[in-house]
Amino acid sequence: MSITLRNIKKQFGDFIALNTINLEIPEGELVALLGPSGCGKTTLLRIIAGLEQADSGQVFLQGDEVTDQPVKSRQIGFVFQHYALFRHMTVFDNIAFGLRVKPKAQRPSKAEIKDKVHALLKLVQLDWLAGRFPEQLSGGQRQRIALARALAVEPSVLLLDEPFGALDASVRKDLRLWLRHLHHELNVTSIFVTHDQEEAMEVASQIVVLNKGHIEQQGSPSDIYDHPANPFVSQFIGQTNVFNLEQTDTFWLKNSGLPTPQTGRVAHVRPHDIELTKAANGAAQAVLKDWQQLGGLIRVELLKQEAGGQPATIFAEMPAEQFRQLSLQKGEGVAVRIRHAHWFH
Amino acid sequence: MPQSHILPGFRPAISLTLFYLALIVLIPLSAMVLKTFQLSWDQFLAILTSPRVIASFRVTFGSALLAASVAGVLGFIIAWTLVRYSFFGKRMFDALIDLPFALPTAVAGIVLATIYQPSGLIGGWIMAVFGVQVAYKPLGIVFAMVFIGLPFVVRTIEPVLQEFDTAMEEAAASLGANRWQTFVEVILPNILPAALTGFALAFARSVGEYGSIIFIAGNMPYISEIVPLLIITKLEQYDYAGATAIGLVMLLLSFVLLLLINLLQGWLRRRGGQL
Repeated sequence: MSITLRNIKKQFGDFIALNTINLEIPEGELVALLGPSGCGKTTLLRIIAGLEQADSGQVFLQGDEVTDQPVKSRQIGFVFQHYALFRHMTVFDNIAFGLRVKPKAQRPSKAEIKDKVHALLKLVQLDWLAGRFPEQLSGGQRQRIALARALAVEPSVLLLDEPFGALDASVRKDLRLWLRHLHHELNVTSIFVTHDQEEAMEVASQIVVLNKGHIEQQGSPSDIYDHPANPFVSQFIGQTNVFNLEQTDTFWLKNSGLPTPQTGRVAHVRPHDIELTKAANGAAQAVLKDWQQLGGLIRVELLKQEAGGQPATIFAEMPAEQFRQLSLQKGEGVAVRIRHAHWFH
Repeated sequence: MPQSHILPGFRPAISLTLFYLALIVLIPLSAMVLKTFQLSWDQFLAILTSPRVIASFRVTFGSALLAASVAGVLGFIIAWTLVRYSFFGKRMFDALIDLPFALPTAVAGIVLATIYQPSGLIGGWIMAVFGVQVAYKPLGIVFAMVFIGLPFVVRTIEPVLQEFDTAMEEAAASLGANRWQTFVEVILPNILPAALTGFALAFARSVGEYGSIIFIAGNMPYISEIVPLLIITKLEQYDYAGATAIGLVMLLLSFVLLLLINLLQGWLRRRGGQL
């Protein structure tokens, strides 16, 4: 089901949580609401769900206005950050809950409920836990049960609030991939909230970047990474080196092979867009300060060398093999070439 | 024995516990049992089966069960209000709840009797609207028992409600449950063990209550005479054995009822996977 938000505003006391949000989410997408904490992403998710009311603005599901509808009639599945499993019910009863509370006319028979619950448990690969209570499960298991419970009512929209936030790193990695696969299988429009840009890039088909209550950019992950709309997005997504023309970086940048454009005062350069070579005598633009191995990549910390300029740290990245061939020592001078930059005002 | 606790001192602690339990609870209770044994079995039975004693047991335990149920429902609503809403004067209201704990029971009794008698402030109103007399009737006993039992219920339910994860309610609503279903199937099962504890405490307190009841009860034999009053009456007549006999049975009855409530609670917890 497609989701449309129009002029959504929400204020808590003096704090403006959401400031005129307009958003269009096509059917079948897996969307990440990404932003730093306090940016309003969870509030937005709760407004879509109907758990929170916007001060003004409208919410449409599949073209129908649902602004004033309570959560129970919006046909959404919501997965809570801390799972919110019913602690007095077994896993089976948790998943069956949404089916059992249906009005008598729509309620499936006992046998149908049983089949459905076991099918869902198989889907989340936890069929053997049906008789357990939530407290006896690990975090990752609870998360998947919460998802199965939300899916039981066959929601047309699935909303997940920081779904991996409370899990340890290795479980999180597995679940991300699993959620992506599950989405491919079910193809139900899904939105998840996260503050982890890596997670958003890895899982989502669309990313909506939020900051201070408004949308900074919306697009596919590669779109957002390759064409950040503004300095905030550029710095929030991935790593970025910032060079400011007003702070005497002009000459240094020109030396690095980057022409200064007509417009734009600030250059944002991704670490992998910086090329290093061993410097000839006196031609060094930077000094190798330190380096770390990140799997197949090497991250190089450079200290910018510039007459009259501030010594600043620059990050560059390159394949480990390439770095080895350079055979650089700490403290050695390097020549820098910048392949590409994003210019902002 | 390997040291498995961070703080040592199991032996002194358990000794002290047992010592005081014996000194304050077990020895006095044994004395009561021993005193009862001065009676022959026939005498014992004769005292207990006298119509006046049976009637007073019925009045006391009947009223206490009713009062604890009323206090249970009211206490739940009050605890809910205090936890879920913020309103002007909430702290003041919160402090008022505990007042029956601190008030001398005789003071409470006199106040209740004055207000609820047919010519009293509220008693007159109830008389006019419902045509029911509260003070000097069995109903007065229930009112007094609710008064003293209410704080127990509020204070046992309050922390559990505070701890209750409201996301569970939101989850229920998002799964299509209406308000009633959410309350009955999600909130109530999580609160019920605590509510039962509150009920048991209110009940136990009501059964043993003397001071606040005798002023409002009217103390008519067979109708509104409570067991504790009967015990006092026997004592005043120097019938110590008779008084302890009634006391012993009261003790046993209370013990059985509290045990039943505890078992019920244990069963609820096990069923809810909270052990």
